[in-house]
Amino acid sequence: MHDANANRAAHTFAPLTASAVLVNPVGLHARPSVKLTQCAKGFTAKIEIALAAEGPWTDAKSPVKVMRVKAPQGATLHFRVAGSDGDAALAAMLALVHDGFGEA
Amino acid sequence: MGEIHLTGHPASPGLAIGPVAVLTTEVASRATKGDPAQEAAALKAAIEGAAAELAELIATVHGEAAEILEFQVAMLGDDALSEGAYEAVADGAAADEAWRAALDVEISGYRAADEEYFRARAADLVDIRDRVLARLNGADAVAKISGDSVVMGDDISPSTFLAVDWTRGGAIALAGGSPSSHVAMLARSRGAPMVVGLGPLPWNGQPPSLALVDGDTGTVIFDPKPETRRLFEDRMAAANAAQIAADAGRLKPAVTADGRRITVLVNIAAPEDVEGLDPAICDGIGLVRTEFLFEGSRGLPGEDAQYQVYRRILEWAAGRPVTIRTLDAGGDKPIAGLTDDGERNPFLGLRGIRLSLARPEVFRVQLRALCRATVHGTLKVMLPMVAVPSELDRANAMLDAEFAALKAEGIVCARPPLGIMVEVPAAALRAEDFDAAFYSIGSNDLTQYTMAAARDIGAVADLNDAGDPAVLALMARTVEAGRKRGVEVSLCGDAAADTRLTNTLLATGLTTLSVSPIAVARLKAAIAGVTA
Repeated sequence: MHDANANRAAHTFAPLTASAVLVNPVGLHARPSVKLTQCAKGFTAKIEIALAAEGPWTDAKSPVKVMRVKAPQGATLHFRVAGSDGDAALAAMLALVHDGFGEA
Repeated sequence: MGEIHLTGHPASPGLAIGPVAVLTTEVASRATKGDPAQEAAALKAAIEGAAAELAELIATVHGEAAEILEFQVAMLGDDALSEGAYEAVADGAAADEAWRAALDVEISGYRAADEEYFRARAADLVDIRDRVLARLNGADAVAKISGDSVVMGDDISPSTFLAVDWTRGGAIALAGGSPSSHVAMLARSRGAPMVVGLGPLPWNGQPPSLALVDGDTGTVIFDPKPETRRLFEDRMAAANAAQIAADAGRLKPAVTADGRRITVLVNIAAPEDVEGLDPAICDGIGLVRTEFLFEGSRGLPGEDAQYQVYRRILEWAAGRPVTIRTLDAGGDKPIAGLTDDGERNPFLGLRGIRLSLARPEVFRVQLRALCRATVHGTLKVMLPMVAVPSELDRANAMLDAEFAALKAEGIVCARPPLGIMVEVPAAALRAEDFDAAFYSIGSNDLTQYTMAAARDIGAVADLNDAGDPAVLALMARTVEAGRKRGVEVSLCGDAAADTRLTNTLLATGLTTLSVSPIAVARLKAAIAGVTA
């Protein structure tokens, strides 16, 4: 990711990463997946999730792909975000997870 | 042939007796096949048609059922679901075969999951698959099933479930299925008994004609002997009598064992929550959250849209008091375009009344809508996250101004009384200094701010105890302030529904508790056991 950092001035954004533990019952299931993808689609940034810091990374704007991750309760969800509104996107994603998607 | 007993797993409680209706799984195959472009167009039309069908169905249901269907719409609207099918169509496959194959890969992925919950989602994918197939093949998506039947099959889709009128006493008995399936959740909320995991059904050809379903123990009896049936019907009659007694208690006023009348209110998070709910179960609404209005993707709600929603809730309450909380955004409830997402510690940041005062152009719209709704019932308005009296004073001044402006415009309105939530320890400690028309204790935030412990952080969750003497002392102080000033004090957090705390809460002098509708019967029963 050194290139991305070097090219920041050329309107590319260094990816931001963060992680949070899934606290809601039964993990990233149907309703939370829909909430997560709807929230993600509200940002222009590229947003990806993974169950490990090194990936594999999944497009957080696709409910089909997010459901394929099958993240259980207690799993650590890693986020990788890149884009002009990346800070806000990452904060919104983390808030959703911390809040247990409104069902914790 | 003798009676057959099968044991599976209980998925939804209750007893039912009825004629057996077997779900058929045959799907007609597509009559004609066109060139790849025609097949791709047919697939696209079928997917879009299925999504439109689901959207229509969503409009007729509420709550959990709507959320389940919204999940299906979200999946159906995602290109990642159909890309495999389109690739196969481009290589010459028929649209229906391509779609079936692509979905079957997805479905087998769910069936192979480690977690029961994710395995149970296979039924939703089957539902999506068959809905699109039915459109491609021109068949009816859902066969008609009579609502008094015991529906049998390998599994049942949410669409099929929702097409049946379950008020007629039917039940579900499945060879496969899961207690975690969406249908099981729906069955529990609709009161339809359901047993899953019965295993291969032990007959070929002619199915049994009658079944007894025991959703409490997870057993099903087919073609019962007359004596078995009579004993089962006796159990059903006893269960019905017990249910009627519990429902009757729900409608009675809450009174402690030593004769104190306790006001029981309900918390409402969305207007759908009151649909199908009898207002007679409560003494009013203690908390209407308004965040739902701001959560949509359509941007901030206008004055008229808000007014219509508030009016609908007041009309439901039919004169009973209704307390609507102004927007409580921020903290754990971010709202795009309104809250500051960059805060390092949003629970200590610009949230609740702080945000409303910082964004007067948004707050004014809500205050105007509330003034207009006040003429349709007994409305009280409360402010969240108040810490100092000046916040209430500023909100009162804004409310006065909006009320005066509406009157000047000749718009029908009234000025509702303005009270505060007591959820910041600073407000509890000097509650009597606030010129509030009432106090409502928000036990969730009051507990987390007093104990400095969040309940969703496992390592400190045991500190997050609403029954801690420090939290109870702040509640008692608020009750005392209300008594001195002659205004009502209620409690609307989760502690109100925790029946282990009912005795303790009433001991602080509280006489008004507000809980979610589902907790009303349990709370009233707990109150009936309280002695001084």
